[in-house]
Amino acid sequence: MLELRELYQELILDHNKNPRNYHALEHADHEAEGFNPLCGDRIKVFLQMDGDKIKEIGFQGTGCAISKASTSMMTAAVKGKTRQETEEIFNQFHLLVAGKKIETFDQNLLGKLAVFSGVREFPVRVKCATLAWHTLRAALKGEEGKTVSTEIISTEWEAG
Amino acid sequence: MDLKTGGKTKVKSGFDVEKIRKDFPVLSQKIYGKLLVYLDNAATTQKPACVIQALERFYTSENANIHRGIYYLSQQATHSYEGVRTKVRQFLNAREDREIIFVRGTTEAINLVAQTYGKAFLKKDDEILITTMEHHSNIVPWQMLCDEIGTKLRVVPIHDSGELILEEFEKLLNPKTKFISVVHISNTLGTINPVRKIIEKAHARNIPVLIDGAQSVAHLPVDLQALDCDFYAFSGHKMFGPTGVGVLYGKAKWLEAMPPYQGGGDMISSVSFEKTRYNKIPYKFEAGTPNIAGVIGLGSAIDYLNGIGLDSIHQYENELLSYANQALSQIKDLRVIGQAKEKAGIISFVLGDIHAHDIGTILDHEAIAIRAGHHCTMPLMDRYQVPATARASFAFYNTRAEIDALARAIQKVKEVFS
Repeated sequence: MLELRELYQELILDHNKNPRNYHALEHADHEAEGFNPLCGDRIKVFLQMDGDKIKEIGFQGTGCAISKASTSMMTAAVKGKTRQETEEIFNQFHLLVAGKKIETFDQNLLGKLAVFSGVREFPVRVKCATLAWHTLRAALKGEEGKTVSTEIISTEWEAG
Repeated sequence: MDLKTGGKTKVKSGFDVEKIRKDFPVLSQKIYGKLLVYLDNAATTQKPACVIQALERFYTSENANIHRGIYYLSQQATHSYEGVRTKVRQFLNAREDREIIFVRGTTEAINLVAQTYGKAFLKKDDEILITTMEHHSNIVPWQMLCDEIGTKLRVVPIHDSGELILEEFEKLLNPKTKFISVVHISNTLGTINPVRKIIEKAHARNIPVLIDGAQSVAHLPVDLQALDCDFYAFSGHKMFGPTGVGVLYGKAKWLEAMPPYQGGGDMISSVSFEKTRYNKIPYKFEAGTPNIAGVIGLGSAIDYLNGIGLDSIHQYENELLSYANQALSQIKDLRVIGQAKEKAGIISFVLGDIHAHDIGTILDHEAIAIRAGHHCTMPLMDRYQVPATARASFAFYNTRAEIDALARAIQKVKEVFS
């Protein structure tokens, strides 16, 4: 059995307690919302682009330690990166937490994000770790108004 | 922890929990090398060996379709299936066997009423009254009906304690109120609602009432004639029976007047391309081959519950609840959501700013199964302004030692996040 500490590593607990870039951006030119209704995790990611580069990034929201730390560490990892670089980091991150087999990872690309390697042993928590990244991807695509989820999403009903 | 003694102190009710635990094969199982502590009984209950054997016996030696065979096996299957209808009627003290309809579960029962009673007797701008603490299965079927025919949904608010605001309930009653659908016991808060009083007030205005009994039938005695509700819905799997089977009770006068729900075999008395005649109740509402084995398993679960007695079960679970309240109140930063005076063995809680899913993962590591999330009651989460709660829910096979284990594991959660 995997030890709990492999999932809840110090760095993850630290980012959960003291999330970095935890604020809205006044001059955001891209934003998107991520919501996992079953968990109750809800985050909003704000971007300010400089051409193809992420100049500023911030987030707000509530969630479990894994989703919050993942979002916090993501913001630190992608600041100053191009769209292409961001996508490459996401691909590595996804393989790390949800890959089918033990792949070799590009440690240079992952950097500190490698602390999330324990998540793959907790399949129900993968969606917590990836919510931030799917939300970031939606923000980069300019999919505002659409809510991203790593759970099943449904249509809505409004009181008539 | 010594689960064998069933806790440190002998329970007042003299309930032999250790003997009962032996009836549930799943409870002797180890998870991550630790004995399973199953505290998610509001989601589904475990099955006693007699229920598992009833399913096996049916498929081994009795399997045949019902209501049509002229051969021995089919007659046996029909006899067993219909025998359970009588058993359910007696268990809940309903008036007649034909008022018992077998469905897939509580959800299907409520959808059936919404789609048949709703479409036959409700019209645009009529109001349907529910409460803040309903499970999604007692919200969404009515919203779908509102979308289709223009009825309006009204919601009775609750106090912070998790009790209905009865004055508001009475204020909401008006000449447009044409149906009330209320949960008996909240699956999230554990509140036991004063359904008898609600039904009385409603009937004084000739408003029919559906009671969602998913959390009540296996935990306290239910007498449908004394309650006098018009409909009562529950699931087999939350009362130690199989999944995929449940019951809708309806007063015969309504069931006879309601149109069928689904069309098909068994629900008709004659079919031609020009004219089809529907069967009498309850068969009118049981189109197609039902979950025969499931119904027979449900019958076995009822026998098992009767063997222990609902009064004893209710008393023992009350003692467990008091013990758990006491144990959890010692934990700093733990806040119980739902503190109604009348409560069943369900405790929802939040723990400082630690998210329910982190609690769930760490408790799982201790082989303790609880639920974390919104419990299919998202409007209720909004009411308390929490994204999710952790929920421990008890059954009569749970012990004080298991509650001690829960309390210790919660302390461990706090250590991880300290």
